[in-house]
Amino acid sequence: MSLVNYATREITCKIVYYGPGRSGKTTNLHYIYEQVPGDRKGQMVSLATQTDRTLFFDFLPLDLGTISGFSTRFQLYTVPGQVYYQATRKLVLHGADGVVFVADSQARQLAENIESMQDLHANLAEYDIDVRTMPLVLQYNKQDLPRTLISTVPELEDALNFREVPSFAADALHGTGVFETLRGIAGLVLKRLSAGSAPASAAAAAGGR
Amino acid sequence: MDLDPRYRFENYIVGGANRLAVSAARAVGQSPGTSYNPLFIYSSSGLGKTHLMLAIGHLARQLNPAITVEYVTLEEFVEELNHAIGDSAMELFKQRFHMVDMLLLDDVQFLAGRKETQSEMLRLFNTLQRAGKQVVLTSDRPPAEIADLDERLITRLTGGLVVDVGTPDYETRVAILRSKCEERGVQFEPGVLDEVARINFTNVRELQGALNRLIACQTLEEAPVTARSVRELLGEKPDTPLLVPAAARGQEFASFLSDLSEVVAQHIDSWRVRVVEAMTYWHQLGYVTLVLDRALEATEEPDVDVLLSRYEASIRRLKELEQEAAKIDPHLAASELFHDPERVGEAELVLARLVGGAEPPPGPDPALSRAELEVGASNQLAVHAVDTIIDEPGKKYNPLYIYGPSGVGKTHLLHALGNELVGQSGGAFTVAVVNAEQFIDELIAALQDETIEKWRARYRMVDALILDDVDRCAGKERSQEELFHIFNSLFYNGRQIVFASTQAPKSIEGLEERLRSRFEGGLVVEIQPPDHALREKLYARYLSAAGERMDRPLVDFLASRSVASVAEMKAVVDRLLKAAVVVGVPLNASFARKELEGGATAPVTSRQTNGRDADVFFLDEEKILWDWPDVTGRAIEEFR
Repeated sequence: MSLVNYATREITCKIVYYGPGRSGKTTNLHYIYEQVPGDRKGQMVSLATQTDRTLFFDFLPLDLGTISGFSTRFQLYTVPGQVYYQATRKLVLHGADGVVFVADSQARQLAENIESMQDLHANLAEYDIDVRTMPLVLQYNKQDLPRTLISTVPELEDALNFREVPSFAADALHGTGVFETLRGIAGLVLKRLSAGSAPASAAAAAGGR
Repeated sequence: MDLDPRYRFENYIVGGANRLAVSAARAVGQSPGTSYNPLFIYSSSGLGKTHLMLAIGHLARQLNPAITVEYVTLEEFVEELNHAIGDSAMELFKQRFHMVDMLLLDDVQFLAGRKETQSEMLRLFNTLQRAGKQVVLTSDRPPAEIADLDERLITRLTGGLVVDVGTPDYETRVAILRSKCEERGVQFEPGVLDEVARINFTNVRELQGALNRLIACQTLEEAPVTARSVRELLGEKPDTPLLVPAAARGQEFASFLSDLSEVVAQHIDSWRVRVVEAMTYWHQLGYVTLVLDRALEATEEPDVDVLLSRYEASIRRLKELEQEAAKIDPHLAASELFHDPERVGEAELVLARLVGGAEPPPGPDPALSRAELEVGASNQLAVHAVDTIIDEPGKKYNPLYIYGPSGVGKTHLLHALGNELVGQSGGAFTVAVVNAEQFIDELIAALQDETIEKWRARYRMVDALILDDVDRCAGKERSQEELFHIFNSLFYNGRQIVFASTQAPKSIEGLEERLRSRFEGGLVVEIQPPDHALREKLYARYLSAAGERMDRPLVDFLASRSVASVAEMKAVVDRLLKAAVVVGVPLNASFARKELEGGATAPVTSRQTNGRDADVFFLDEEKILWDWPDVTGRAIEEFR
C-alpha cells in the first residue's frame, strides 16, 4: 500500500492497534468513532463475540477530508488479543503503516503485555520488517483504575518500552489519551514520508510472497 | 459583459465545503447544456459564487472558443429589460439573450417580487432550455426561499442541480491565503497564515481583507509580521487558545485534524503537490504530461516555477499552433502533436509547412466570363445551376457535377463561375479552378519533394474548388484518395465544390465508389452539343466579334448545320473568315455554303446538301432535315 500517492492525491494510512486480549483496543476505536462527525465516518466493522471480545478484527475507516490538497483516509484496525488468534493477527498486520501497542495497565496483566509485545515483534519479523523501522507508539490503558491494581507508567516503561518510542497514558473508556495516541502514531507515520523508505511497502512486498 | 479574466478554476481553491459545487461547475463548463441545466449555486455572500460562475464561462470558452457566453447580474438584466421595453426594442433584447449558448445570471435573489421580470425570465428559460443552452444562476439563498417567486420559475430553477458553497474549512482557508500570497508575491513568516486561518472569518472576502491588512502592515512597518502579532494586528483577541481543550467533546476530532494537517503539510513535498496539480489539470485537458511525470520521479527538487512556466508556455504555443492549423486543416489540428508540449518544435514545423508556402491554387481565367456565356436549351440547366451557386455558394447544389462532350463550354462555364464568385466577394473568396491533369501533376510533384502537407493545405483553404476533367482521376488511386479528403474537408465546411467531366459519374471506369457517391450527392447535369438557338447566338457573336456586320442569311445557314461542340463552331467561323480574305469577297451565306460544302477540307463533308438536286437531296435522311429552312423543320430537328 502506498502511503502518499501524489498522482491521485491521496494519503492512505493503515494503523493497527495491537496488544493483549481485553487491553482496550476496540474501546479506542469506539471512542474515536463516536467523536468523528457523521459525514466523516465510515461504517465501523466489528466482529465481536457475545462477550464483547474481538473475534476477528475491527476495522474503522476514517475519511479525514482534504489535507493540504490530499484526500486523506486512515484505516484503523484492531487485532484479536487472544493467543489462539495468531494467524489473524499476522494477517491484520500485513501492510500496516504504523502500530499502536495498547498495554493493559493492570499489574496482573504485565506478563501478557510482554508476551503480546514479543508476539508483535515475531510477526513483524516474519514479514521481514525490522521493528525499529516500523512506526510504533505505546498506550498504557486503564490508568483510571485504582492505584493498587495497576502498574505505574514508569514501571510499564521499564517493562515494555525498551526502544523508547512515544508512550501515552490513557483511559480509553472515557477517552483520555485516545486522540493523543492517534495523533502520536499519525505523526510518526507521516514523518516517514520525508524519510523515504516506507516500511508499508516493504510489508506489502513481503506479504505478497 | 466580458468575463473578468481573474476568475478561473485554476485559482479557485477547492475544499470540503465547495467540492460538490466545483465538480458540478466543472462538469457544466466542460459540456455546457448537457450535465446540469440549469446549475443553481447559492451561498452567503463572499464565498465565491461569482468566481465559480465566471470560471464556468472561462472553461467553456477555453474548450470551445466559438461558444457565446453572456454574463449579467440580475440588476443589469432588469435594467436592460426596462430599456428594451422603454425603447420598444424587445427584439434586440431577445436577440441578445435568446441566442446565447451559455447564460450566467448572477444574484437572482433580486427576482423577489418582480412579476414582470419573472415572466420574461420564464420565457427566456424556456427558450434556452428547449435549445439545449446552458443556464447558470447564483443566489444568496436557495430558490424556494426567494420571496414571491413564481411557482413555475421555482420548478425551472430547481430542475437542474442546486448546490451550495459553504464556509471554507481551516485547510481551505490556509490554501486560499497561500494562493493569494503567491498571487501578490508576498511572503510571511511560517505560522502566520495558519494563524490567520484559525480566526473564524465567515467568508472569503473577510479573510482576504485580513490578509490585505497584514500585507499592508508588513510593507509599512518593514518588519515581518509574526504569528504572535497576527491577532493583535487584526483586532482579534490575542489570547484565544490555539487548540481547543481535548476534553471538549466533539472538538477532539477537529483538533486532531487540524494538528494532523500541520504534520501532513510539513511532510509532504509541496513542490510535488504543485507538479501533480498541474499534471492533473493539463491531463484533463488532453495534454501529454510526460515532462512533469519525469520531474516527479526525480529525488531532487527541481525549480518548479521554471518547470511549470516552461510547460505552460509550451502549451500556450501549442494552442496557438493548433488554432492556426485548424483554420487550414481541422483533421490535422486534432492530431496528438498539438497536445504534446515536448513536440512544439515538430508542431511548428508542420504548421510552417502548412502555412509557410501555401500559395493560393490556380484561379479562374478572367477571359472566360459569365457575360460571354450564351444560354440555350442544351446548356440551360447547367447555367441555371451555376447561377444559383453564384447567389449562394455552398448552399444548394453541392457538389455540382457537369458533364458533356468536349468543347460544349463546360470549361467556360467553370471559369465563369469562378470569376463571378471571386468578383462578387470583392476578391475575398479564394476559388481554385483547376484541371484534374494539373491537380494530379501538382500532387505528384508534392509527393516527390515531400511538400504534400503544403499542397493539401492549398486546396483545403479554398472557399470553392472547381475541378475540370475530373474523369482523369480515374484509375489513379492516390489522386482519388487525396481528392476524397479534400472533398470532405471542403464539403463539411460548407465550401462549394464543382466538377466537370466528359462522362457522368456512373460511367467513369476506375472511379472509387466513395467518390462516385459523393459526386452524385449534389446535382449532376448534362450539357449537350449546342442546339439550334444556341448556335444562332454563338455564330452571331463570333461574326460580330470578327467585325462582320450582322448577316441574317449567313447566320441562319451556319446555325442550321449541326456541330458537336462550340469549339467546332469557332473553327468554322475562323475558316470562313480566312477563306473570304484569301478569295477577296465579302463573307455571306452563299460564299459560306460554297466554301463549306464544296471544299474538300470541309469539316462536315458528310453533311453537304443542296436543295436543288432532288436525287442528291433524298440520298439520306439527315440531309433532308438539315436543309429544311422553316420553323417546323427546325422543331423536328431539335426534337431529334
